[in-house]
Amino acid sequence: MRTWIFWLVAAAVVAGIFGLTRFVTNDYFFFAGYVVLQYVVMATAWNILGGYTGYVNFGTAGFYALGAYSSVVLHKLFEPPMVVLILAGGLVSGVVGLGMGYLTLRLRGVFFAIATLALAIVLETLITNWDYVGGSRGVYIIRPAAAPFFQGGYIQYLFLVMLILAGMAVCVARSIEHSKLGYGLATIRDDELAAETAGVPTLKLKLIATVLSGALMGMAGAPLPYYITYLDPSSAFNLALAVNSIAMPMVGGTANWIGPVLGAVFLATVQQVATVTISSALNLLFVGVILVSFVVIAPNGIIGWFGRGKRRRQG
Amino acid sequence: MEALLRVENLGKRFGGFVALESIDLDVAQGERLGLIGPNGSGKSTLVNCISGTLRNETGTVQFDNRRMDGLPPHQRTRLGLARSFQLPKPFHSMTVAENLHVPLLYTVNARHETHLSNAAIDRRVEELLQQVGLAEKSGRRPRDLTQIEMRKLELARAMAAAPKLLIADEAMAGLSNAEVDDILTLLVKLSEQGITVVLIEHIMRAVMSFSQRLVVLVAGRKLADGPPQDVMRNPEVVRAYLGE
Repeated sequence: MRTWIFWLVAAAVVAGIFGLTRFVTNDYFFFAGYVVLQYVVMATAWNILGGYTGYVNFGTAGFYALGAYSSVVLHKLFEPPMVVLILAGGLVSGVVGLGMGYLTLRLRGVFFAIATLALAIVLETLITNWDYVGGSRGVYIIRPAAAPFFQGGYIQYLFLVMLILAGMAVCVARSIEHSKLGYGLATIRDDELAAETAGVPTLKLKLIATVLSGALMGMAGAPLPYYITYLDPSSAFNLALAVNSIAMPMVGGTANWIGPVLGAVFLATVQQVATVTISSALNLLFVGVILVSFVVIAPNGIIGWFGRGKRRRQG
Repeated sequence: MEALLRVENLGKRFGGFVALESIDLDVAQGERLGLIGPNGSGKSTLVNCISGTLRNETGTVQFDNRRMDGLPPHQRTRLGLARSFQLPKPFHSMTVAENLHVPLLYTVNARHETHLSNAAIDRRVEELLQQVGLAEKSGRRPRDLTQIEMRKLELARAMAAAPKLLIADEAMAGLSNAEVDDILTLLVKLSEQGITVVLIEHIMRAVMSFSQRLVVLVAGRKLADGPPQDVMRNPEVVRAYLGE
């Protein structure tokens, strides 16, 4: 499928899902749906660096929180529209991604993972001690009384925003997968030395992947303050977020764009259902159990069952 | 003849271990050079320094009248300096054909004078696969290949970068007699196309029949350099290989 056709289809799917939700009257659906969609963005973003390039990022919460806190800063300054918040969140996280990439991408495997985890902790410490954004006390955000463009409640507007973001993230991931860049990233994952010898500028490509991945995570975090209306470091830098963002692509399959989407929808939905029906404390247990069973039973993830788990590349 | 590759006073140490010490080496345009030496004598380290995967501490590498110092490997490859690895390093998630796409996309198309269309790249891949005899395996993945096919893929990927100089690092180790001849024929063909070839090899039959000149490394130093027959009669070389 050509890229522009895919974008059209994605837009149609986004419009279709939104059209269906017009029949939903319970606002809770939008609260839960927002989280699921947010994880679609996070898992897709993680997969650009983790799945395509083979670098496991444990610092996802850091990028996400940066997006959220850049929204807090902008909100306190002049309450810009949502688009500006999202772009700013993406920009900040992308720039930090570039810096982190430059410092840590010469590390491989577990060392890279530790470095990214450390980055998230450093960022959390900085935010905790920054009084302007509430420090460790957290900050209350009073969201605008009415959503722009339509009559539904504000949460419906946030849901739509996240839905569009998810659609975009998936399109970006798929475009990468089928591009020269995707080829290059795959060679890095397979054998970095051989990639470099074949003429692939590995450092440059890794930086591009880190920036894209980080920027998407920042964008996913940007609407968060308006969603929860009270933001503190421990919720923005939640480790569960990092764990989920890794578990979802693993469960869905890391080989192509659809894996993280399936994994995110599956795991996040299970978590949401478990939260209201059983216990919110059980959330992470579900993630753990599902992740372990997938590692054992279906190492290629959900897409592996359909024969698409094998890494497939096209010229 | 003008030197395509000029290595001057090159030195490399790993901690206290001196892997290479003041190596001087010229390779002329179009030459077929054999590089031999016992295990651990620094052959692969020298290749790594020339191709940029290792940084040499002293000395310089000059290729095609350009200093290579500080250039990352991918830029050296783009300038025309290709190598194959002693242990084949295929991109295992890609098919054989896709493996060859990579240098065409990232090396050949990165040069200013060329820009191949997708169709041209496909044709070139087809050609290369024919040339090394892997045409039937183009859709397979590297794990389905035999040892010799893997070596051929490794060579084909280096050739796909359209190099001026090809360094083949033990491309024949562990192959049968007939298979060695296969690879030799391939290398001779490349040489006839005007590509300069440096062959690193333990199989003396192959080295002697291929090389126009022979360089011997022993314990990180260059021991001999000259016509193959003379070098093999050099008493120091004999001593290094056979002992006293």
